[in-house]
Amino acid sequence: MRSAVIAGVYEFPERTTTRSVLEIQALSARAALADAGLAPKDVNGYFTVGTNPGVGPLATVDYLNLHPTYIDGTTIGGSSFVAHVNHAAAAIAEGRCRVALITYGSTARSSGIAVGTRERIAGEYVDQFEGLYGISTVGLYALVAQRHMHVFGTTSAQLAEIAVACRRHAGLNPVALYREPITVDDVVKSPMISSPLHLLDCCVITDGGGAVVVVHPDLARDLRTPPVRLLASAEAIAHTSAGHRDYLVSAAAETGPRAFAEAGVTHDDIDTAMIYDSFTITVLMTLEDLGFCKKGEGGRFVEGGRLQLGGALPINTDGGGLSSNHPGMRGIFLVVEAVKQLRGECGDRQVKDCRVALVHGTGGTLGTRHSGATLILGRA
Amino acid sequence: MAEYTKPLPEITPESRPFWQGCKRHQFLVQRCRACGARQHYPRGVCASCWSQDLEWLPSSGRATVYSFTVTHRTQARGFRDELPYVLAWVELEEGVQVLTNLVGCDPATLAIGMPVRVTFEDVNADVSIPRFTPA
Repeated sequence: MRSAVIAGVYEFPERTTTRSVLEIQALSARAALADAGLAPKDVNGYFTVGTNPGVGPLATVDYLNLHPTYIDGTTIGGSSFVAHVNHAAAAIAEGRCRVALITYGSTARSSGIAVGTRERIAGEYVDQFEGLYGISTVGLYALVAQRHMHVFGTTSAQLAEIAVACRRHAGLNPVALYREPITVDDVVKSPMISSPLHLLDCCVITDGGGAVVVVHPDLARDLRTPPVRLLASAEAIAHTSAGHRDYLVSAAAETGPRAFAEAGVTHDDIDTAMIYDSFTITVLMTLEDLGFCKKGEGGRFVEGGRLQLGGALPINTDGGGLSSNHPGMRGIFLVVEAVKQLRGECGDRQVKDCRVALVHGTGGTLGTRHSGATLILGRA
Repeated sequence: MAEYTKPLPEITPESRPFWQGCKRHQFLVQRCRACGARQHYPRGVCASCWSQDLEWLPSSGRATVYSFTVTHRTQARGFRDELPYVLAWVELEEGVQVLTNLVGCDPATLAIGMPVRVTFEDVNADVSIPRFTPA
């Protein structure tokens, strides 16, 4: 177990907003600190992505008028904020800070950013070899889905089960973007975006943001809410491997075993899992690679409502990126929802007697290079 | 010739031999003289041992499809006017994977494992873009 606890969380509820990226983060930070029973002056560690905006932490620290003794701008895609929890715990254990604030804000929807289908060119060296071919985020996940189907016989209907589960949960979340139930048939008959991924295999595009407060356990007794324990955290990057890659194995295959070993829990102990769902295939691959089922058996594993509330492994109880919100990098919401579940604050979508939750963020694309970050969290 | 509206490579000194090879319609693969590893994309060091002692080998240009996706919706420059198009990973006979397009084929006939060969589009005096087509 890490010597750090999660003391406060907040998810900015608006899906379309007129507020700025910085203002979203300020409102989220204020609310997460209030949730913890802490004040802005208590913050001495600060974490955000380096693109949020400009040079990242510089802009937000300035706007929030913070004076952190520890600063981290780790930017590894949508999983970044999950990794920030890992880094915050390490910094706290090392005595570099006591109250770590993680923030995120984005106006992807109101800015008209087509997150999934825009040209995925980042100004990197590899652009000259990859950027010539019409790459988009959805296309680079579709390549993995297609191969998964070819090698293991996974079907579009099986992938659709994941979207159906998330939508059902979104129906129980008053602030989710899409709340009307959908069926497997709705998903497989929705327009093809990049084969074999249909429109409803893809996450939504929203504005949004949030904040998480990680603190030293010594502070826990003074908190307003029961602290959530960090039982384990792990991160990894899987990449093109110089042209020798098995794209059916994700970074979760590295982080999962490390996280389970550190936490000393088994898969059966996990009461709910928040699995980054940029696309349905992301969830299927992650569940396999974390070891919830054998590689290749994910299609059968997700059938029969197993991932829905009342099933053996309810995932993404807020509706996930597939139905609730996805402002571009939604890892922070995985942490927020897991913490709320462990505190029993989820109302209609509460997992009964939720004691242990798993969070896994995926950032980048499964079809080229991506990061994976896993947390296992426990009720106090 | 119609104007080429898709992205063009920003060729750098370490990648120039690769693009010169494409100009000659040869798909070059790097091999490390120190450890023998082959790699793609090309770079200034061996990805296995970080040696700088690399050589450029002409590949056969023959490959098999590792995976593909038929793209029906995109904002990508040039491609959004040519929907649908095929993005793919292919595996060269020399053992390295290459991200590319599959061209000159009916998307409905594509399959993972099918044989393909390299083809080059001469875009301008400096650039020929490698793509793959059914063998």
